[in-house]
Amino acid sequence: MSGTVYLSRRYRFSSSHRLHVDSYSDEQNRETFGKCNNPHGHGHNYVLEVTLRGPVDPETGMVVNLVDLDAIVQERIVERFGLRNLNCDAEFATTVPTTENLCIAAWRILEDGHFGSARLEHLRIEETANNYFDYAGKDN
Amino acid sequence: MILLTRKADFSAAHYYWNEHWSPEENVRVFGKCANRNGHGHNYTLEVTVAGDADPVTGFVVDLKKLKEVMHAEVVDVYDHRHLNLEVPEFRERIPTTENLAISIWERLERALPERLAGAKLHRVRVYETDDLFADYYGPGDPTEVGG
Repeated sequence: MSGTVYLSRRYRFSSSHRLHVDSYSDEQNRETFGKCNNPHGHGHNYVLEVTLRGPVDPETGMVVNLVDLDAIVQERIVERFGLRNLNCDAEFATTVPTTENLCIAAWRILEDGHFGSARLEHLRIEETANNYFDYAGKDN
Repeated sequence: MILLTRKADFSAAHYYWNEHWSPEENVRVFGKCANRNGHGHNYTLEVTVAGDADPVTGFVVDLKKLKEVMHAEVVDVYDHRHLNLEVPEFRERIPTTENLAISIWERLERALPERLAGAKLHRVRVYETDDLFADYYGPGDPTEVGG
């Protein structure tokens, strides 16, 4: 056994969102979220980086078959959130679709995925080239 | 402790094939990567070493020596080669990104200790493309809790 390898794969999707809290006054919302509170929304090209951790299968040389990983992430994340308004997704019915909350939602959506003997280790979502968010589950 | 990372690039050909399987099984599992004529990538290697900054030089390691070892042990052996056909460890081991990370670790671990006083190999990261990379922290995996 050669030990654990961490395999990371990046996916892209573009979505719109508006940062807004219903219980805040208009002024409070503008003060808290600034331009991100624009009532018409705005959008980003997000990059999701998924890291799995596991042993390398001696027969395939792989931690996970990328075809399987791609299919899961494509269906559960890219097709669900890509070219959509995040505020309209059930995931954000009661939370603000910040990239922090998007990380937590993506973790919940992916963590029960069947990745063979590998498991979800880490998620990173880049909102722009200058800011990104990391999440490794609620215990970390 | 400081972590210091040095990058290097190499370009190589490979294919995925398990000799113990039928051709059909190889194609089922590896898809296009099972094409025996091979295909290739521009790989980027990131080598991270861990250590304390020397009080006199301010160095964790002498970067020139680290670069020399990375080139002698990895880049000169892998660059512009067919990994399956020309690199000994991949006669038995399928040259996936995961196995490249492990093999590069093993190559560096053999050569680095005598060249890097005090510093230790911490992580090998291999990018096969901008969107796919593998990390290896050695057989002991220092990121393991209690490991």
